[in-house]
Amino acid sequence: MRTVVSILVSGLSRIGLWGRGVVVAIPYLWLMLFFLVPFLIVFGISFSESIIAQPPYSSLVEWLTDEDAGTSKLQVLLNISNYFRLGGDDLYILAYLNSLRIAAVTTLLCLAIGYPMAYAIAKSEPSRRGPLMMLVILPFWTSFLIRIYAWIGILKGNGVISNLLEWTGITSGPVEILYSDWAVYIGMTYCYLPFMVLPLYSTLEKMDPSLLEAAADLGSRPFKSFLSITLPLSLPGIVAGSLLVFIPAVGEFVTPELLGGPDTLMIGRVLWNEFFANRDWPVASAVAIALLLVLVVPIMIFQHVQGKQAEAGR
Amino acid sequence: MAGQPIRKPTRLEPWQDAGQTPYVRIEKVTKTFGDFVAVDEVSLSIYRNEFFALLGGSGSGKTTLLRMLAGFEQPTEGKIFIDGVDMAGIPPYERPVNMMFQSYALFPHMTVEQNVAFGLKQDGVAKAEIRDRVAEMLGMVQLSAFGKRRPHQLSGGQRQRVALARSLVKRPKLLLLDEPLGALDKKLRERTQFELVNIQEKLGVTFIVVTHDQEEAMTMSSRIAVMNHGVIAQVGTPTEIYEYPHNRFVAEFIGSINMFDGRVVSTDGDQVIVASEEAGCELLIAHATPAPAGSPVSVAIRPEKIALSKDPVAEGAPSGDGRNRTTGIVREIAYLGDVSIYLVQLPTGKTVRVTAPNVTRRTEMPITWEDEVTLTWRPFAGVVLTQ
Repeated sequence: MRTVVSILVSGLSRIGLWGRGVVVAIPYLWLMLFFLVPFLIVFGISFSESIIAQPPYSSLVEWLTDEDAGTSKLQVLLNISNYFRLGGDDLYILAYLNSLRIAAVTTLLCLAIGYPMAYAIAKSEPSRRGPLMMLVILPFWTSFLIRIYAWIGILKGNGVISNLLEWTGITSGPVEILYSDWAVYIGMTYCYLPFMVLPLYSTLEKMDPSLLEAAADLGSRPFKSFLSITLPLSLPGIVAGSLLVFIPAVGEFVTPELLGGPDTLMIGRVLWNEFFANRDWPVASAVAIALLLVLVVPIMIFQHVQGKQAEAGR
Repeated sequence: MAGQPIRKPTRLEPWQDAGQTPYVRIEKVTKTFGDFVAVDEVSLSIYRNEFFALLGGSGSGKTTLLRMLAGFEQPTEGKIFIDGVDMAGIPPYERPVNMMFQSYALFPHMTVEQNVAFGLKQDGVAKAEIRDRVAEMLGMVQLSAFGKRRPHQLSGGQRQRVALARSLVKRPKLLLLDEPLGALDKKLRERTQFELVNIQEKLGVTFIVVTHDQEEAMTMSSRIAVMNHGVIAQVGTPTEIYEYPHNRFVAEFIGSINMFDGRVVSTDGDQVIVASEEAGCELLIAHATPAPAGSPVSVAIRPEKIALSKDPVAEGAPSGDGRNRTTGIVREIAYLGDVSIYLVQLPTGKTVRVTAPNVTRRTEMPITWEDEVTLTWRPFAGVVLTQ
């Protein structure tokens, strides 16, 4: 009887383990299929040569048969000149640096606008927090493209802002904000603001208000309490929000394409041009791989901070 | 009930001395939140070096009163004076008080040392002095070895002591403690009670402690204010509160008590005779506040002041006039080791609670279930409560 029970128990626990494995394995399989495999394909293409064919790149692996000698060989050709081209051409380096700069400015603008916003929402009446957060998320209900087109209407020469400035007499003629870096900053800050506000709000809202009372009780003025208590405790939210904005902003394509001027050089646009205008898939793939490497650093920082946070036992 | 106060009998009683000026004066303070009256015209005087307890259930207004002293809430009406200074409009960071929070409110991103040093840093104390005073404080709460730890690496009792050290390091004249022992288990709580009293006596700080635990209030404090629905029901020493409750609420809130409803038969000086159908006998009370004959009163008698006997002519009973003597049947017995609790049902249906110390060791109790017993008590046992 006992052995039967123990076999049953061990069998069940084995099914339990197996079941747990399945739950983890299925999403990983999904990621393998739709992330890792395409990534490897792109990685492979980045080592091939551009040819005029369908598809427009050479195969890495070729089976060569020498009929005279009666021998055959497997030839693997790795073309690393694509990567040298990235390093050698100013265009790519400038585009990377420009992307990083625009993404950094966007992140700082989002932080400057998002922090007070998240703070105010977190400090408001509990019954008001829900609706206020709803308003932050509300823009997601309409298409991203439509919202960017709306900004074209607002920013263009005879658009809303320009007319307002002219009407109030601040400027004498129409002002063209569209097709400049400023338009890109405005558009991208607008797009990514919710990604900054959400993690900031969730860390600020969780903060125990008695900590600020304790600081005040010990003689700390409100602003000093903010610097010594609120700010360090919301650091995980700042890091999470900044990375959620920074990482996609580096590779951003739509906003600079629609709002930016011809000289707004961003790596997303370069990538698009290489793929579709030049049909140079190998170089485009190399650009994409390099972009990934550029972004690995902030992602690692994110992981590190998260690990520390988990260690702090929150 | 924790009967024995740990205070030395030679304690000062500044509230008895008309020449003393109170350190904290609360004058007709009212606090409302919307329609809810949290604190209702409360007036209190608390003297230097007192260990003062605000005792009450949840929603009694005790925490709101404490938060007004700390400056986190402003009184809707009335005034608060600390050391003679009107506290109206003075923010928490400029008040000469420190508070120990119920949740301890330790800064999670700082080490124990940084937590304790925080208050001194705000005052711009020199680095070397901060180091010395923090070390001294941590030594006092026996946490010297834990200075580099973060709050989440400490046990509940250790966190409590960090919070205490942090609130005492600035040497405040007045320390407010919000349920300081609430999060500790029973054994630790009892030990910490003694530590708190020792620290208070050593440093000569005025303590005002909010608690819902009457035992805690009784053991630690010099005086207790019992609060109910935003009003102070009674202020007094633990003995006064326990032995001479002013009203039914205080009598029932502190410890357990038997209430007999009845009417005053006669009053002779401070001796009152009350007829109570519930008790099944006349009650003679010595040293009672006189009440007019015929007025409805309640007589409160503590369970330990009633003697229990199987012998109908029990020893120590008052003269055989039938007063302060009734009979009943034992329905329940709870053996607690040091004492036993007996629930005795009177013929009137009223259940009386009696506690008796287990003086001798025995396996078989002389009084057992369904025994008919005689209950007697002395004239000094009862307290007359007018409604």
